[in-house]
Amino acid sequence: MMLSKGLKRKREEEEEEKEALAVDAWWLDPSHPAVAQAPPAVASSSLFDLSVLKLHHSLRQSEPDLRHLVLVVNTLRRIQASMVPTASLPPVPSVPAAPGMADNLLASSDAALSASMASLLEDLSHIEGLSQAPQPLADEGPPGRPTGGAPPGLGALDLLGPATGCLLDDGLEGLFEDIDTSMYDSELWAPASEGLKPGPEDGPVKEQAPELDEAELDYLMDVLVGTQALERPPGPGR
Amino acid sequence: MGEDTDTRKINHSFLRDHSYVTEADIISTVEFNHTGELLATGDKGGRVVIFQREPESKNTPHSQGEYDVYSTFQSHEPEFDYLKSLEIEEKINKIKWLPQQNAAHSLLSTNDKTIKLWKITERDKRPEGYNLKDEEGKLKDLSTVTSLQVPVLKPMDLMVEVSPRRVFANGHTYHINSISVNSDCETYMSADDLRINLWHLAITDRSFNIVDIKPANMEDLTEVITASEFHPHHCNLFVYSSSKGSLRLCDMRAAALCDKHSKLFEEPEDPSNRSFFSEIISSVSDVKFSHSGRYMLTRDYLTVKVWDLNMEARPIETYQVHDYLRSKLCSLYENDCIFDKFECAWNGSDSVIMTGAYNNFFRMFDRNTKRDVTLEASRESSKPRAVLKPRRVCAGGKRRRDDISVDSLDFTKKILHTAWHPAENIIAIAATNNLYIFQDKVSSEMH
Repeated sequence: MMLSKGLKRKREEEEEEKEALAVDAWWLDPSHPAVAQAPPAVASSSLFDLSVLKLHHSLRQSEPDLRHLVLVVNTLRRIQASMVPTASLPPVPSVPAAPGMADNLLASSDAALSASMASLLEDLSHIEGLSQAPQPLADEGPPGRPTGGAPPGLGALDLLGPATGCLLDDGLEGLFEDIDTSMYDSELWAPASEGLKPGPEDGPVKEQAPELDEAELDYLMDVLVGTQALERPPGPGR
Repeated sequence: MGEDTDTRKINHSFLRDHSYVTEADIISTVEFNHTGELLATGDKGGRVVIFQREPESKNTPHSQGEYDVYSTFQSHEPEFDYLKSLEIEEKINKIKWLPQQNAAHSLLSTNDKTIKLWKITERDKRPEGYNLKDEEGKLKDLSTVTSLQVPVLKPMDLMVEVSPRRVFANGHTYHINSISVNSDCETYMSADDLRINLWHLAITDRSFNIVDIKPANMEDLTEVITASEFHPHHCNLFVYSSSKGSLRLCDMRAAALCDKHSKLFEEPEDPSNRSFFSEIISSVSDVKFSHSGRYMLTRDYLTVKVWDLNMEARPIETYQVHDYLRSKLCSLYENDCIFDKFECAWNGSDSVIMTGAYNNFFRMFDRNTKRDVTLEASRESSKPRAVLKPRRVCAGGKRRRDDISVDSLDFTKKILHTAWHPAENIIAIAATNNLYIFQDKVSSEMH
């Protein structure tokens, strides 16, 4: 079970996304397929798309509303389960490193991401008085893409939905190329006790939504600071 | 129970006092103090406005016990979290009054990250006749001072002073959704999406973490905390609700970290009503103990439920707030209305419960008679001192003259925040940026 993130769409999809979220009256039309009197046994693909859209929108917030995010993810899981009831999902094939295929937006966002990570860690070191600790992590930057094996936990939320057009330009392979799976094998998700281990590979930088996931940052700071002093409660019972 | 009963038989004649427009700022919380003399509202701009009830006067019977503005102050300002490059909203999420222990009033107000304790004092006298200073405050020429005088307290225009006494910061990584003052009057708790902290009112630099549901792997997150409250009488008990519709009653005496609940209140899903949105609509948006402490009231998207603390398997009462929306869930999911968080309230005697809905409607359910009523808070539909007319939503079938059809409901007019006076039948309804205070005239004659 997991939170998927970094769902990418082509740039022109962003405009459509904004329109889709505007309130208009189409949904009052009882003949519209999405407005069902009884819950359908199998979700229409439009409901699936809508949920993916919402998830994407939620993750793009600088500080996602956790409740909204969790509810959308759980709902998406239900929808997906109804669409693929029996097939067990194959493990994600190894994704070729493809820095060249990234469009300008992604390339610049990676650079911005590295820059923001570096400056963030630098700020942190000033505040906490750490002299060297941030450096190793800053050098490797954001973790790279998986190069082999099934990332753990990529279970129910594999986006093996029906062809949605925007996601499946190259067929199924293209779908997986687009999914940012770095979070599933990123060292950032390792237990805190491992401290400042070097990152997974010096592979291509991961493609990711420009904004850092808040939880990821939170964990990162925990690791760097060593204690959890940034969260004021010192721990249970103290 | 339906709304077919003759309106004349329902004893609910409410008068409308005033509507206060708070300058286009959306009201985000409403709370009476323990006597009902004061009513505090918080808004999206970080301001708190306190209303005070005027004492009843025989000379002006029409203005008996009306609420006027008592004090306005800026509680929270927008902040910037430099580490995360995030702006922290100044919107006031919750206000809770402390029980009054001296002449001053105190309240806690919180935004997403920081809780503040405010002290409200009155000054209606000032000293006059200083020996060393003149009336303007300038030092006197000592050679002109020939005799000693004792300064005298003279009355002055009432001045209400508000000062921040404590700032409880850095306790929460996630967004604070609730605060609750303990019956011991010394501690309070604050809850965010994943954690609940216990604070001492006098200590700001540390707090105890008493609930932590953050998974080791954030990928495994499937449930968040949505609301929490201390028991009104037992200072060791508190309840918190989740996005999956469950309630957990915890005993602080059992363990320092209350991750293991003492009781888990959960109603099994109704198979006939199952849909993809079952979990979203079961998410509890508010939980309130009854004044007696024996029951809990919860609000989820379509219903309010009364739970008996002694029965965990299911609620003892369920009331439909707007069941006609059940067939519209997909649309409400699309426009995000399905995520709206409505609050709920008990009346002073725990016999009537109230909650808001759409189209500026709010609903009341009488637990004894099982009658319910839908009322509207809007200037267009009621004039000052008029009796509120019950409204009816028509979901198909025969339609009466003043019925509103489901399709013409305005989903941007939501009543999320309501409050009930602790003793009398006075209610405060926040409708976007308007505050309505309704009073039941009949009750003052009957009790």
